[in-house]
Amino acid sequence: MMGILTANILVPFLGVFLLVALPSGRSNLIRVTAIGIGSLSFLLSVVAFLGYDYKEGGYQLRESYEWLPNIGIGFTLGVDGISAVLILLNGFIFLAGIVMSWAITPRNKDFFILLFLLAAGVYGTFAVLDLFFLFFFYELAVVPMFLLIGVWGSSSDFGYFARTKEYGAMKLVLYLTAGSMLVWLAIIAIFVEAGLGTFNMESLASAELSRAFQIVFFPFVAVGFGVLSGLWPFHTWSPDGHVAAPTAVSMLHAGVLMKLGAYGILKVGMFILPEGAIAWAPVLIGLGTVNVLYGAIGAISQTDLKYVIAYSSVSHMGYVIMGLATLDPIGINGSVLQMVSHGIMTALFFALVGGIYQQAHLRDIRVLEGLAKRMGVTAAFFGIAGLTSLGLPGFSGFVAEFMVFVGTFRTYPFLGVLAVIGAAITAVYILRLMSKVFFGPLDDQWAHLSDPPKYQQATAGVLAVTLLGIGIWPFPLIRVIDVGVADLLRAMGGM
Amino acid sequence: MSVNELYILTPEIFVAALALTVLAVDLMRLPNGNTLLCGMSSLGLLVAGIFSLAILPDSTRIYDGTFVADEYALFFKIVFLGMGVIVIAMSYKTVETNLERPGEYYALIVFSVLGMMVMAAARDILVAYVALELLSFSLYILVSYSKNEPIVTEASTKYILLGAFSSAILLYGMSLLYGVTQTTSYAGIAMRLDAGLSLSDPVLLIGLVFLLAGFGFKLAVVPFHMWVPDIYQAAPAPITGHLAVASKAAAFALVLRLFAEAFAGVFTYEWAVAVGAVAAVTMTLGNIVAIMQKDVKRMLAYSSVGQVGYLLMPIAALGMEGAGDLLASGLMFHLIGYGLTNFVVFACVSSLSEHGKHNIEDYVGLGRSSPFIGMALTVGLFSLAGLPFFAGFASKFYLFVVVADVAGGIFIWLVGLAILNSLISLYYYLVVIRGMYMVIPDEVTRLDIGKWNTVVVMVLLLGVIGIGLYPGPFVSWAQSAAGGISF
Repeated sequence: MMGILTANILVPFLGVFLLVALPSGRSNLIRVTAIGIGSLSFLLSVVAFLGYDYKEGGYQLRESYEWLPNIGIGFTLGVDGISAVLILLNGFIFLAGIVMSWAITPRNKDFFILLFLLAAGVYGTFAVLDLFFLFFFYELAVVPMFLLIGVWGSSSDFGYFARTKEYGAMKLVLYLTAGSMLVWLAIIAIFVEAGLGTFNMESLASAELSRAFQIVFFPFVAVGFGVLSGLWPFHTWSPDGHVAAPTAVSMLHAGVLMKLGAYGILKVGMFILPEGAIAWAPVLIGLGTVNVLYGAIGAISQTDLKYVIAYSSVSHMGYVIMGLATLDPIGINGSVLQMVSHGIMTALFFALVGGIYQQAHLRDIRVLEGLAKRMGVTAAFFGIAGLTSLGLPGFSGFVAEFMVFVGTFRTYPFLGVLAVIGAAITAVYILRLMSKVFFGPLDDQWAHLSDPPKYQQATAGVLAVTLLGIGIWPFPLIRVIDVGVADLLRAMGGM
Repeated sequence: MSVNELYILTPEIFVAALALTVLAVDLMRLPNGNTLLCGMSSLGLLVAGIFSLAILPDSTRIYDGTFVADEYALFFKIVFLGMGVIVIAMSYKTVETNLERPGEYYALIVFSVLGMMVMAAARDILVAYVALELLSFSLYILVSYSKNEPIVTEASTKYILLGAFSSAILLYGMSLLYGVTQTTSYAGIAMRLDAGLSLSDPVLLIGLVFLLAGFGFKLAVVPFHMWVPDIYQAAPAPITGHLAVASKAAAFALVLRLFAEAFAGVFTYEWAVAVGAVAAVTMTLGNIVAIMQKDVKRMLAYSSVGQVGYLLMPIAALGMEGAGDLLASGLMFHLIGYGLTNFVVFACVSSLSEHGKHNIEDYVGLGRSSPFIGMALTVGLFSLAGLPFFAGFASKFYLFVVVADVAGGIFIWLVGLAILNSLISLYYYLVVIRGMYMVIPDEVTRLDIGKWNTVVVMVLLLGVIGIGLYPGPFVSWAQSAAGGISF
């Protein structure tokens, strides 16, 4: 009997097969199929999330199939509190991304096929308990990006410099695979050092890996996965990649894919190499702080709407990394909740920016002015995303960042101060941007604009309401995450 | 030995007879000769596969143990026969448009397969050598079957000269080894070496180095790789595939058995590091030079040099503690995974070169002009780079793991370098893919690659995906086959 996690991974693959079989001319049929599969997939992610019993804790919904028994690779699945939440996030953002891509052209069939492969990769990474398959799905999630950005993306010319979509795609894939090569080496090294003849993550976590080994190889894992989570100074692919990517890909990429990196640090770095994580935590949290400040300052100086959001992503991922590196229960809780909050928030940002770009054909914030008078709904949702971003109480960003701050103050108070300053800078660029782009006087050249189509408004609306919902009542998520964090810390040595 | 025991030679005798029959039928100049001969030779190879399977692996050794039909030999026989069928199927269209007399072309492929089969089954250096020469001579002629005249003449002359040169080096090494051990059988050599010879004996060391150099030429190991780009570029694409995959696999089959059964006992840590260094240089140079190539086949040539570097890693590790059937199965499984992937790529390249497309530039817009080939080539290149969920990913991962696992991780540096090289190779594959999908040509003319080529590519593609998703049976087959040779 196939379990719920296998179903989660297989449904996107099913979508791939269905779409391959459909003739490419029938765009409507293709769209409907894609949305159908997306909805089914979301439904399954909800079932998986609800199926996780947080009162019990530990790994649940386990499944195990043999794959390469002679070197101990098994298709082993299981989720803890952390991955259960992230699977739900993926199902949600994935569906939102598909709906936003309703009008994608040309070749929508190929686009959805690649999108499904990406989604399968993300589900797989969150659901497996085998290092080989973690790497397998991780790579599977990264590779489709190349074509998704390179074929359906857009090039930008800023006068004094230009960024083609090919450049963005190539840079992104080379950076990310360079990171995954470090991970690959680390995985093989862990296998050899443990000498258990298995890739099972739980067995490896309980193996006696020497402290020296862990200290040498933790940076491989942290940097390798860190590249994908936008860890400074390896973040530079992220703004270029996001700007070049089509809307749905930006949503998925910033929304869930970057979380894979942080999840990798958590699941491979901290879970399997705890002593390495403890030794390197001060460095990691330092880099995370740089992320927060550097990203925020970068966002201030950008003039392109998408670059602003992309740099703000770098900044917000900094909180995720900081929270993890505190090794403090509240900090890690905050970090995981920040993954969720940032995932939904950035997806919303990119969806709205995509809607503006579709009509205005530019994203220059020096030129865009007073859009609220023509795009009221967009402005309202943008406001919600913006307020989440700067951490206003009542929105999900506040809860998550507050917990990260608490964790940081308990461990590295000085960095905690810097992190709060980062949030203040965020307020500067978000409020400045909103007052300029949305609430200034309406320029005549923008008089023809209007809100995006209804289905895009609805998607954005659902995302915005979710941000509010989590902000007001985060408990249903927190109680599950907290179980996962407690399990993790217990596995790391009872801290 | 009694005459009755000759039955274990049935597949080989059948394949030899098949080649001669193909030649004879060609003399009749029948209409539809190409279809008939192509069908005949590929079906014949399949039948030979059935014969091989029917003869259960046993310990019967004929000719004083110089030829065996153990599980290891069976594994490679099946692999080579399969590869032969693929090459013949890939050739069908090329032969139809380019050759008037298809018979000798197919017969030479069959002969080369015969040579490869014996190479895997030989347990005597002279038998192995004769088989290797049968393969080489077939290939000398096959590479010159192309319409690309001036470069073909140059390339095939180069190939014959260098091939003969390397054979001479190989023979010289063998004669030195005979001088030290007074025997040519693998088991005999191992026994003599056990009796107190070590690598500090200069004659033995020099003999082994010559042996390595001779095989290095055949395998295209740096610094003996100079012939590769020219010949790959000049030969018809299916033959390039044959060279890159099947002949290389055969050379590895020979070297693996020879080194494991005869010499593993004397290999020291220093030897392992030296061979490992050769592997390191080979993979790095091949992949870096590949970046600068403009011709697709030249790029693939250098990339295959890089791949040889990966395949050489388990050879370097032979003789170290923990090297056994698991290590050998890493090499054998990667030969399948990498081989099948390469066939996909060369089948695509072959069907495109029929339309006069040879350079990376010519591939621009292929995603539009021939969506199927574009997709298949993308899959092939991703698989070559080692990305999931294709055969190249599974086999490369497995290979790297088993090499890293030898002797408590003494080769982890080499594996790290191999992983870095995978990244370099991904870059130049991505350049091709970028051209195919992201550069939109001014006008798109649909390319008709024909039903036959589509079917061939499709079957290979399914193989690449199938092995990538479920490699288990192949790996355990390789491992149990590797158990047939002693380490």
